[in-house]
Amino acid sequence: MEAFTTHTGRVVPLRRSNVDTDQIIPAHWLKKVTRDGFEDGLFDAWRKDPEFVLNEPARQGATVLVAGADFGTGSSREHAVWALQNYGFKAVISPRFADIFRGNSLKNGLLTVMLPQETVERLWELTEADPTAEVTVDLVDRQVRAEGITADFDIDDNARWRLLEGLDDISLTLEHETDIAEYEARRPPYRPRTLPR
Amino acid sequence: MARTMAEKIWDDHVVRRAEGEPDLLFIDLHLLHEVTCPQAFDGLRKAGRRVRRTDLTIATEDHNTPTIDIDKPIADPVSRIQLETLRKNCAEFGVRLHPLGDIEQGVVHVIGPQLGLTQPGMTVVCGDSHTSTHGAFGALAFGIGTSQVEHVLATQTLPMSPFRTMAVTVEGELPPGVTAKDLILAVIARIGTGGGQGHVIEYRGPAIEKLSMEARMTVCNMSIEAGARAGMIAPDETTFAYLKDRPHAPKGADWDAAVAEWRTLRSDDATFDREVVIDASTLSPFVTWGTNPGQGAPLSGSVPDPAAFADPADRMAAEKALEYMGLTAGQPLREIAVDTVFLGSCTNGRIEDLRAAAAVLRGRSVADGVRMLVVPGSVRVALQAVEEGLDKVFTAAGAEWRHAGCSMCLGMNPDQLAPGERAASTSNRNFEGRQGKGGRTHLVSPQVAATTAVLGHLASPADLSEFPVTAGA
Repeated sequence: MEAFTTHTGRVVPLRRSNVDTDQIIPAHWLKKVTRDGFEDGLFDAWRKDPEFVLNEPARQGATVLVAGADFGTGSSREHAVWALQNYGFKAVISPRFADIFRGNSLKNGLLTVMLPQETVERLWELTEADPTAEVTVDLVDRQVRAEGITADFDIDDNARWRLLEGLDDISLTLEHETDIAEYEARRPPYRPRTLPR
Repeated sequence: MARTMAEKIWDDHVVRRAEGEPDLLFIDLHLLHEVTCPQAFDGLRKAGRRVRRTDLTIATEDHNTPTIDIDKPIADPVSRIQLETLRKNCAEFGVRLHPLGDIEQGVVHVIGPQLGLTQPGMTVVCGDSHTSTHGAFGALAFGIGTSQVEHVLATQTLPMSPFRTMAVTVEGELPPGVTAKDLILAVIARIGTGGGQGHVIEYRGPAIEKLSMEARMTVCNMSIEAGARAGMIAPDETTFAYLKDRPHAPKGADWDAAVAEWRTLRSDDATFDREVVIDASTLSPFVTWGTNPGQGAPLSGSVPDPAAFADPADRMAAEKALEYMGLTAGQPLREIAVDTVFLGSCTNGRIEDLRAAAAVLRGRSVADGVRMLVVPGSVRVALQAVEEGLDKVFTAAGAEWRHAGCSMCLGMNPDQLAPGERAASTSNRNFEGRQGKGGRTHLVSPQVAATTAVLGHLASPADLSEFPVTAGA
């Protein structure tokens, strides 16, 4: 996984709440069996509208998405995270994220930052008025900074450490193989198995 | 210390606990379908890893599978490749697979319980958000992403950060004709799509205890639509009776030992982080009018006026929803005409759901200009329905009797809405374009779906003359 420390970039202000993962990447894109090539499917339906914010020439190359509450609800599809990353996003800011989406983002090094609704509103106003305005998302200092805005954010220490180091969770877990084997030995014998013994 | 059921199951599955780290939890059952695992198997291959516990893993094909002409090659080459990839991966890594055409094939959340693989006290995961369904058995069951699928395949564990607990207590009794689907839609409308965020919901109270296993699965299934990590219901005699003699249920002395453990799972007199109380007797058939599952109202009501929402974000969401749905504020919900009715999905594709819809359709016809698709949740459900003659009831009424799969719930196969088409659907998500680009979805119960098919507009059995209304199922 790619490490995340700090990132500065332009913003796509997405004034919508409840952006579900079907909107981020619709189901017909999920037939692909790779982790890349999803950029053209990002917000597939909304992008058909030339007025959609992602289509504005001034938003090309923007890397920070600022959205309304309950971003990433619905389906567990990790393809939603891949689509955002394939398109070029490094961080998403919202007042609240769906749990599975947030977990998936963490596994892929896409930083999700929770900020209060009023801070999100200020970021929208700033970046709608000036598409060239840059926002810095600083994981080291747990802070979002833009012109006239400084906002601290919470993230748990362990998640932050894994992002900063770009760690592979499976390797970390396999260091505790003995613990897993010990647990397996003490499981109740009546738990079901999918294969004959 | 008094613990909730979710906390007990969590504690029982901790493989490793260390200060400042997420707990490492053991996973008892890992379900796979073709959509969310190809990249996970690729990851294993690249790292030279194997599947640690093939005996705790099972796969099926459901999202891409066609519901007609299943003996012919799958027309969409991309869907075909995804299914072939699953078959290849399962063969290579030694995972049990029930492919299209197999008697145990079906929607992943229908086949787990049906085989008796889902049992109380277990941890169950799947790369699918509706894994919460399995919580109906008193299991801790949650949806995961593809990176986590790979993690479970490689280690049979998951590092998990702690959750908060929420009790949804449903007092009283559901009125006749009010179903589990109406109940859960009303709960989601009450707490919102983000209301359960970070929480495991335990549904409890007299109205929940009276529900059948099928109805409990419908309730737990849609926990994710309230943003919850998982939903669960304490196991009781109803649970044990459902499980007994299922293919993978414990037998003999093992059964007794298992039931003894299952009886200890019920929450102690513990404090939940949040509690919501619902009076079942106030509920009535419930439908959605908007583009997220929290945007619902009693069928007897009207499309709300966005201006009536106090919260600006809710107001904006309602405005966008009405525009997409082609509805106007104040329009009675009963006057909304539909083109399509979909009966099926992991929410309402089980035998009881088919029986409830068939009871409405028996001796009646699907209205002119309305297409009704009946898609059983699994091959076993289909066989049971045929044995009871339900397929004949559906076809005699003019509905299409299809093969098992996810079908129009998300339209990954050819079963989709055309742009602008409107559906009454027993599935779980009314998101924009979910059932087909530009399609409009109203989430409903099987009873409302069947009545809507007959009358051509959103309606419940009470709108039919001479319909015997039975107690809530």
